[in-house]
Amino acid sequence: MQRIKWMVPTVYIAFLMLPIYWLLNMSFKTTNEILGTFSLWPLEFTVQNYVTIFTDPTWYMGYVNSLIYVTINTVISVAAALPAAYAFSRYKFVGDKHLFFWLLTNRMAPAAVFALPFFQLYSAIGLFDTYIAVALAHTLFNIPLAVWILEGFMSGVPKELDETAYVDGYPFWRFFIKIFLPTIAAGIGVAAFFCFMFSWVELLLAKTLTAVEAKPIAATMTRTASTSGYELGLLAAAGSLTIVPGAFVIYFVRNYIAKGFALGRV
Amino acid sequence: MNKTVNQKAWFFVLPVLLLVAFNAIIPLMTVVNYSVQETFGANTFFWAGVRWFGEVLQSERFHASLGRQLFFTFTILIIEIPLGVAVALAMPRKGPWVSVCLVSMALPLLIPWNVVGAIWNIFALPDIGLLGRMLNGIGIDYNFTRQPEDAWFTVILMDVWHWTSLVVLLAYAGLVSIPDAYYQAAKIDGAKAWAIFRYIQLPKMKRVLTIAILLRFMDSFNIYTEPFVLTGGGPGNATTLLSIDLVKIALGQFDLGPAAAMSLIYFLIILLFSWIFYTVMTRNEEQ
Repeated sequence: MQRIKWMVPTVYIAFLMLPIYWLLNMSFKTTNEILGTFSLWPLEFTVQNYVTIFTDPTWYMGYVNSLIYVTINTVISVAAALPAAYAFSRYKFVGDKHLFFWLLTNRMAPAAVFALPFFQLYSAIGLFDTYIAVALAHTLFNIPLAVWILEGFMSGVPKELDETAYVDGYPFWRFFIKIFLPTIAAGIGVAAFFCFMFSWVELLLAKTLTAVEAKPIAATMTRTASTSGYELGLLAAAGSLTIVPGAFVIYFVRNYIAKGFALGRV
Repeated sequence: MNKTVNQKAWFFVLPVLLLVAFNAIIPLMTVVNYSVQETFGANTFFWAGVRWFGEVLQSERFHASLGRQLFFTFTILIIEIPLGVAVALAMPRKGPWVSVCLVSMALPLLIPWNVVGAIWNIFALPDIGLLGRMLNGIGIDYNFTRQPEDAWFTVILMDVWHWTSLVVLLAYAGLVSIPDAYYQAAKIDGAKAWAIFRYIQLPKMKRVLTIAILLRFMDSFNIYTEPFVLTGGGPGNATTLLSIDLVKIALGQFDLGPAAAMSLIYFLIILLFSWIFYTVMTRNEEQ
């Protein structure tokens, strides 16, 4: 029984790693080798694809652009969600339940529905092709998620904490920043992780709202893919590099993921 | 927890409200606006009433995409939820392997969606892909760019690869929150593995599983980038899901009216399903 048990995660992880291995494999091959011969590992090992990406600004700026708007989005989403989540977890007010559900409905909105109106809206206010446009657009689905996660964590903190601080004469904002936020640090970590994740992986809106200046790496890749696929090695290298920031983020929050999910509602 | 009534709480919610309203209400009004008008280009619009809605609801094209969408969503739910729970149950609870499992399983979740499509494209192509080569090598005639069944198989396999980990993480979080005392009590009672699962683990996972189903439902209904990059909706229209069809109509043919009407119907369908889930979920919590 025990021997079968560890097989399940092992086989599952192998299944997850196989396509990623194939991508890495291709990224170290020349495009000629990819198209010419079939091999399970690179026969003529080359790092030329990576060199191209790190020396060509149209490539590496894609990564920089993506990281900038993802960071702005994460900061805005979590900062705005904190007081709102506190209100939902501590107070009753007119329309609270409806408001909460309305926020969640925005998590459900298909990006395809909003692509064209977003383009028009952000062009009209002169923010088209800026980091802030993509960061703001992504708050549409990240703020509801952050509120949802943080509300779960905050509800897990006993109300006595707030009351004790009040009795001790703490002004509200000092209590909130000095005592309350450190208490739910794990929750903030989990919320930030999810905001980072969904903003990093989303492409449809990011691509619609940018042209040159703030173009995300994922969009740079579609350009290569469309040119009849002759730069397959380059495409694979660029794809492999998009996995790196995600892997870093997971590594840092790995201890929070399991605990975080359990404490919070998500 | 009993909450205090405090109308000033609205000030706490205000930043969120303004940001989301700006992003949600203005674009939604634009869509509503298009959905009731006819345009012949050059920014001239005519009132069209609910004509587009009637047209979309009766069009066979919409029925076909909706059918494919429902088939896709229910297939991946049926595969991903039990598979995710099974993997979570078999995962270690303590020790160094926990981190290894969590990090490697979460990896697909953080890959940009078009890269996911590109990875599966080069993985499954019959000439240069490992999967395509293997399947053809063992005598299966597999080519996802030509045969609709193969395209479906690949799109579903890709989604299972991409998203099952989310279910695993959620289910695992539910499992680790069960105190050891529960298991010890079950052991003393001589409970079998199935009984432990049915009466201890499943009830404890109920809440996280509802969230998993809700998230997977919403996200799979909205799916666009991955299948678009992988199959482009083809061969023919075989894997043209709702979002892909919508973008084809809106940006490809520039039929703004019908596209807007279709958007609203699409959104309402998701809203309806999610509202049902949400009501069931909150009712269970109150009990």
